[in-house]
Amino acid sequence: MILEIKDIVKYFNGFCALMNVELDVEENRLHAIIGPNGAGKTTLFNLISGIYDVSEGQIAFREKSINALKPHQRAELGISRTFQIVRLFGHMSVLENVMLGSHCKTRTGLLKTLFRVSLRELEEEKTTRENAMRWLEFVGIAHKASQIAANLPHAEQRLVEIARALSQDPNLLLFDEPAAGMNPKETLDLESLIVKINQMGKTVLLIEHNMDLVMEISHVISVLNFGAKIAEGKPSEIQENPVVIEAYLGRKR
Amino acid sequence: MDYLLSVITIAGINIIMALSFYLPFMTGQISIGQAGFMSIGAYASAICTAKFGLPYVPAVLIGGMCAAIVGFILGIPALRIKGIYLLLLTLGFGEIVRVVFINVDYIGAAAGFPGIPYQEHTLLYAYGTVLIFIVLFNRLRKSRMGRALQAVGSDEDTAEVIGVNITAVKLIAFSSGAFIAGIGGGIFAHYQEYVEPLMFDVMHSVEFLVFTIFGGIQIFWGPIFGAFALTLIPEFLRFIQEWRMELYGALLILMMIVRPQGFISLDSVKTLENAFWRLFGKNTAAVLSPGQTEGK
Repeated sequence: MILEIKDIVKYFNGFCALMNVELDVEENRLHAIIGPNGAGKTTLFNLISGIYDVSEGQIAFREKSINALKPHQRAELGISRTFQIVRLFGHMSVLENVMLGSHCKTRTGLLKTLFRVSLRELEEEKTTRENAMRWLEFVGIAHKASQIAANLPHAEQRLVEIARALSQDPNLLLFDEPAAGMNPKETLDLESLIVKINQMGKTVLLIEHNMDLVMEISHVISVLNFGAKIAEGKPSEIQENPVVIEAYLGRKR
Repeated sequence: MDYLLSVITIAGINIIMALSFYLPFMTGQISIGQAGFMSIGAYASAICTAKFGLPYVPAVLIGGMCAAIVGFILGIPALRIKGIYLLLLTLGFGEIVRVVFINVDYIGAAAGFPGIPYQEHTLLYAYGTVLIFIVLFNRLRKSRMGRALQAVGSDEDTAEVIGVNITAVKLIAFSSGAFIAGIGGGIFAHYQEYVEPLMFDVMHSVEFLVFTIFGGIQIFWGPIFGAFALTLIPEFLRFIQEWRMELYGALLILMMIVRPQGFISLDSVKTLENAFWRLFGKNTAAVLSPGQTEGK
């Protein structure tokens, strides 16, 4: 089990966004989370990546509780994510954005940068750059490396974000609606990219509204509705689950 | 001639001060307490030379260190607050420092601290320091820490999620900024031969902010240019005597309307860099490394 979520509750000023949600994510799985708008999916991601603290409950990453860890410490442990609305450092170049992903795995501090105490710093910079270029090639936009991130079209910005998440060398990747705003062709490319990432041995937790994509590639699907988990299972099971159908389409008369 | 040289020397010290404002500013921290750090550097280095007979260079460095230590301590509470509140905190800090110096008899209290050994090569020392900082800032720009500083400045929540320890980065930036201010103060004190608390009031801190905004906030050449130009311009405007400050103010307003990103932008620096390498060999491929826009 790479991620174990036990009985988490999240309140926002008395509003209960998540209640007693349990979620176990197994190593190397492609685990999707679906649910109608406002079901608490992104809140769940924010709790896992540490943007919010849980009100109650436990989140464990590889058998260790991460409740008390700050976001950057969780990133260091190997949890990385993308955002529902792309969050790149707009005025920096694509390459610099991806190089930032290596920040938590590298060590060169301010004084060592400024006074070049040893060659190690230059080497680390070189490795960081090569690593970033490799991931940009992997997602297929290496040719845009020197452009300013904000100038890229939406779908490519998303790929930069994915490359940045990958350059953190994570074990667990959280993708928050990666296909949002993409055209069918881009969505298909993204689909095979996510599968490829998963096959590299990385556990993927995926929030997505595109059901074709979700049903096609996920191993396990968990369904959230009004802050509670209402179903979990293989894609085929979820498609036939009456509770899920009701949550999405309403009750049959 | 002497007069012009003294203006240029002061401009050099102002460049150092603008850089001291710029470093924490890169991470989104606006400090108008830089004059406070400057006075700590000025007094500390003056005590070293005037009271203990230390040589100039170590004294100035000690001044910088003292400011950095105070900056570090102040940085810890300062990290928790942002924007206008941080502005107020640093403003309050600057005033506290000034009031403390007014009341300490050991360093002359309100009457000021006289008899600081005069450094006749201040011009060289000031611009030597500026040169060192240019090299360092340039190294910083293309480094792990430099990217982290920019990332924190542009979106600190995202920076933290992708693994940047924003507390550490901001604290480093804030205390390094204080260090630079302390160095500026040390050089200033040994040029004036005399310091008094009134020299470091909040208006000076605001001036360092204006230098930076005017010069450009995207790259460190901005504050350098801003400090130099805005120190010299009022002197050149002397021919219209009493109207020069009005003209100076109008110039700032005009600038903000016509070119809000500041006089020197990232693009202008890149264009110059590319032109430079095209003129002096080195293939262009190397120039188009990170942070460069191709053919735009």
